[in-house]
Amino acid sequence: MASRLKLFLPLILFTLLALFLFRGLSLDPTEMPSALIDRPLPAFSLPKLGTAETVSLADIKGRAGLLNVWATWCVSCRVEHPYLMQLAAAGVPIFGINYKDRDVDAQAWLEQLGNPYEFNIADRDGTLGLDLGVYGAPETYLIDAQGVVRYRHVGVVDEQVWLTILEPLYTELNAGVAAP
Amino acid sequence: MKILRVLLVTLCVVAAAQAVALIETYEFSNPELEVRYQQLSEELRCPKCQNQNIADSNAPIAQDLRGLLHEQLEQGASDDEILEYMVDRYGEFVRYRPRFGGTTLVLWMAPVLLLLAGGVVLLLTLRSRPQRTDPASSALSSEEQARVQALLDKSEQDS
Repeated sequence: MASRLKLFLPLILFTLLALFLFRGLSLDPTEMPSALIDRPLPAFSLPKLGTAETVSLADIKGRAGLLNVWATWCVSCRVEHPYLMQLAAAGVPIFGINYKDRDVDAQAWLEQLGNPYEFNIADRDGTLGLDLGVYGAPETYLIDAQGVVRYRHVGVVDEQVWLTILEPLYTELNAGVAAP
Repeated sequence: MKILRVLLVTLCVVAAAQAVALIETYEFSNPELEVRYQQLSEELRCPKCQNQNIADSNAPIAQDLRGLLHEQLEQGASDDEILEYMVDRYGEFVRYRPRFGGTTLVLWMAPVLLLLAGGVVLLLTLRSRPQRTDPASSALSSEEQARVQALLDKSEQDS
């Protein structure tokens, strides 16, 4: 009987391997969890775009919102922009990090296409980007009221990403604030 | 013919210019820092282009990380401090040799475990083989002995 079972060993191994590899097909190796998940945002003090003021971490804290890394040289950001406008209109607070960009270009972009952001942090040299572990725009961070990173999405935030990933987390965060 | 030569020369010049433009150079105050820079930039992985280290990659983020590496080396940071700094921001992923422990345990242990598993399979296979140590069964009968002798004699005659 045991030797009979042994005959099936290759088949069993093959099935296991096939399952393993099949799972691999649907994984996206470029999707990496942020090292900052469940950790507070790094402290910063940078100019607010279009003003002489500086902004810091305290200006973002207070309620759950999105932190969107964008630039005018980033093509996908243009694709993403109309959806951010929709989200802002729906009342979701969005903070912008204008990443390695020229202020003039960024301001022209916002005037021309509309401004979905509460305010923009002018991260001209990408120092805040480095601290956040940004490796390409657009990236969007979901931040809770205490300034802790809850989720990072790399790439365009569209309706699908918002409805399936970000919105459930966002409503959960807001419910957590309202409850106590 | 002349046009062809001009074209060829232009091509060479353009190609040479590109080769130079590929990677920026840094000045080091100390040759030892430069050696460490080379080592670290080969060990750090580019987060954007995942199968390249930051020394090979020309992605903007790799350029930034090289600049950062240079800056930190000049400031006197140790290798461990620099790696820690990078891992804090980009995750364990950024190292080509991730540290031992936690989620990387499987990664580090897999070769050893697989080798052990192979050893066990080999042992079991060898054991389950029929034993052929009985001298009686391996010795030749007198009839076989005679045949062997005949064959040997024949081959000697042939040669």
